[in-house]
This record gives sequence, C-alpha cells and structure tokens, in this order.
Amino acid sequence: MSLVIANIAKEFGRYPALKGVSLTLPTGKFVALLGPSGSGKTTLLRILGGLEIPDAGSARLGDTDLLAMPARLRRTGFVFQNYALFRHMTVADNIAFGLKVRPRANRPPKAEIAARVETLLELVQLDGLGGRYPSQLSGGQRQRVALARALAIEPRMLLLDEPFGALDAKVRKELRGWLRSLQQRLELTTVFVTHDQEEAFALADLVAVMNLGRIEQFGTPDEVRRAPATPFVADFIAS
Amino acid sequence: MSAKRPYRYRGPREDAPLLRLILSALAIGFIGLFLVLPVVLVFAEALNSGLAFALDAIDEPDARSAIRLSLIAAAITLPLNIVFGVAASWAIAKFDFPGKSFLTTLIDLPYAISPVVAGMIYLLVFGLQGWFGEYLRDADVQIVFALPGIVLATLFVSFPFVARELIPLMQDQGRTEEEAAISLGASGFQTFLRVTLPNIKWGLMYGVLLCNARAMGEFGAVSVVSGHIRGLTNTMPLHVEVLYNDYQSVGAFAVASLLALLALVTLALKALLEWRYADEIAAAHRH
Repeated sequence: MSLVIANIAKEFGRYPALKGVSLTLPTGKFVALLGPSGSGKTTLLRILGGLEIPDAGSARLGDTDLLAMPARLRRTGFVFQNYALFRHMTVADNIAFGLKVRPRANRPPKAEIAARVETLLELVQLDGLGGRYPSQLSGGQRQRVALARALAIEPRMLLLDEPFGALDAKVRKELRGWLRSLQQRLELTTVFVTHDQEEAFALADLVAVMNLGRIEQFGTPDEVRRAPATPFVADFIAS
Repeated sequence: MSAKRPYRYRGPREDAPLLRLILSALAIGFIGLFLVLPVVLVFAEALNSGLAFALDAIDEPDARSAIRLSLIAAAITLPLNIVFGVAASWAIAKFDFPGKSFLTTLIDLPYAISPVVAGMIYLLVFGLQGWFGEYLRDADVQIVFALPGIVLATLFVSFPFVARELIPLMQDQGRTEEEAAISLGASGFQTFLRVTLPNIKWGLMYGVLLCNARAMGEFGAVSVVSGHIRGLTNTMPLHVEVLYNDYQSVGAFAVASLLALLALVTLALKALLEWRYADEIAAAHRH
C-alpha cells in the first residue's frame, strides 16, 4: 500500500503554506520531510494525519482515500513535537487510550488491553514504568511513550513531527538508531518532519526537500547529496 | 543562618528589615481592619444576645423561606452556569471563529455592569410594562417578582466566574492533547470527557465555588426583580436588609452571619482543595 499524495494545496488566510505538493511514498519506507521552518513540511504531515484539511489535492493509501476520512478513523499514528501526552493519565493509560475509546463492538477486553500495553512498554523499553505520570519521565522516555501510544492503535502509517527536536544530542543519537531499527522491524510506512539535514540523511530511506510550500527534490539521501536538483537544495545541504 | 555569614551585606533579593516590617504591618493592618474585623463584628453582633436568640432568628418562617429560596436559586444557577461557562470557554480557547473577541467581551459584561442595571434589564424585558409583559400576563407566566426572575438575575451576575477561570487555563493548555486524542480514534465527546474535562477539573472547581458564593450573596440585581415579598421572594441578602430596616438588628446579624458562614465555608473548601491537590494543580499548568 503505497501512499500517493497529489497536488495538495493549503492556504492559511492569504499565506500559502503548500502550493501543490505531489509525492509517492512506497510501502514500509522511512521518509523524511526536510526543510527550513515555513517550508510547509509540518502542514503536510498534519494534513496526512487529518489535523488540517487541504484546500485541494488528494492523498490515497492503497485504494483508501485518506482525505475522505475524518482524523479519528484514519489510524495514522501521530507523534507530536512535544509529545502531547495526556498529563492526567499514567503512562499505561496513555498507551491504552486508543484502545479504550474504540466503539464497544471492536474494543478489546480489559485484560487484553492490559496485555497489549505491557507488550508495548517492553517494545519501547519502558517496562515497569506504566504507573508513572508523564511529568515524572525524562524527555526521551516521554518520546517513547508517545510512540507506544501511537503504535497501540495498529496504525496504517506513522507520522512523526520533529521527533527528536526536544531532546539533547546524546539521547537524540540513541533514540534515532533505536527508532530506525524498530521501524524496519515493523515495516511501517513512516513519515517524519525535520529541519536537521544530518538527521534526515542518517535515518531516511527517502528524503523530500521542501521549500516555500513546494517539494524541491525527492530521492534517496545519496541522490540528494550527490546531485542537488535545485540551487536551493544545493545551498540547504551545504549549510 | 546570617550569623555564619562572613559578610555583613544583604543578599540582592533581601529588603531592609525596617522596610519589611513596615510593609507587612501595613498589609496585615489593612486586611485586619477592613476585611477581618467587619466579619468578626457581624458574628459578634449576632451572638450579642446569646446563641439561642440568634438561632431563633434564623429558625423563623420568613428566614427559613429566604434560606430555602437562596439555596434553590443557587442550585438552579450553578448547573446552568457550569454548562454555559464550559461551553463558552471551550469555544473561545480551542477554536478560532469570527466574533470571538466580541464573545469574550460579552462574558465580562456582568462584571462591568452594575447589578442593579442587570435587574432593571429583566424588569424592562419581562416586567408588566416591559416588552413581553402583557403577553406573559395573558399566558399566566410569572417571571418578575417570582423565582424565575430571581434565577435569571442570579444567572446574569454569576455567569463570568466559571468562564473567566477556565479560558486562560484552557488557552494555556493548548489543543495538542485534544488533537492527539482525535488522532488516536476518540470522538469529540470522548475527547472532551476523557481529556479536556480532567485537565480543567481544578479550574472548574474554583469557578464553581466562586460562582456559588456570588449566586447566594447577590443583592442588587435580585433586589430589583424580587419585589421583596416576605416569605415568598426574599432571598437571604434581601431578608437581611428587611430585618435591619425593621430595627431587628440581632435577627439581621444572625442571618448575615449565616450568609458569611456559607462564604467562609466556600473559601475554606477552596483553600483545602489547593492544599490537598497542590501537585496536580501545578501539573495541570506545567508540561
């Protein structure tokens, strides 16, 4: 199921955030949206997650029309820049949230939810911390809770907004490698937004370089580095 | 500790001892003289002729009716203002729409307008000489000089308390937790119930307590629409005035004490909540 984005446009007031963006993301790939702030990368991610509605264009995942679906039915595992953990819930309740709010007919029984939470806690290496509150965790731990929470709903794809932005350099490096191997293991199509080209090149299978609401170049890190398609890309990756 | 210090200088955030003493004395003196002393005097005056006498003044048909009316008015006003207040704050804090700043200003209106004017407005609209007066009379619906009028006036003056408490809190918390809930599959109602409401519960509790205090204590607006019918449309504050004007000062102060006591209980509850749940309240703002 590849994700096909075509001619997506979005304006905020009179300010055009996206000016007709088209991209085809093959299944299971780790894709970076790379660009300076104001390039529209976060807007594109939020449109995929259903948190913004585009003015024009389409997005299809396999044969489902994503844009025709409200955010709550899309099952896009969205990880927010500041994680947006529910501060009044324990880590376990945060992770279980997506399962508990399902309609009764397809909500797993309590014991199963608890078991799934345990499995996810192990997956993100937070075993035993299920009873903590988000405010009692470090930045790297919160980030992993956010990820586990997103994975709990068995997402069709994973959308990460500046996933390492709020972490210090050492934790960032560790989490990066860990996230990459986890993504490969789950074979989950993943789109992440970053302004850090080193991070994009180190992690992604494919990089989309964005500027002023357009995609300047889309290719593997190698291609982008070896043959920048536009002066902007050449300039951006040289900096 | 200061004895151990090698230098005799003051720390940069310390004030001169004399200045500190003067400022504290001023603050405590002012509060004592103008806030604490009057409340104490109200109780003292009520108990002047003994506790039994004061209790008798409260346990009297007109007084009991006034207490009942105040409690009923508050009991109707509170749930309505909770619903309206939460709805208004939710709309203002989490969404952008045309007329938003106008709505915000409108919420402050009851703060700005004199309660007497608020009462007059209802008289003008629902009174016999008012817009709907004759129609209401023909339909045999009594609003002014009856419970509905008192409730409307109370509703008006106590409206801002819940919303004013919640709007800054909700704006501070932003919308990302709600967005997260939606993207995890929650419906709008589930999001509100499981994410928004728990995050604002302490703010809501404060708002409700203050709203309640105001609802039971309101004098001006209610005075205009109530008609002062003893045993029928007199609320507690109105009853205090009636008794005082009748030179029944012990009775007046006894009912006033009860009113003050209710207010003190409200404040004590608020302080208790703040003390008991300090961590959680701080956490609701942090993050």
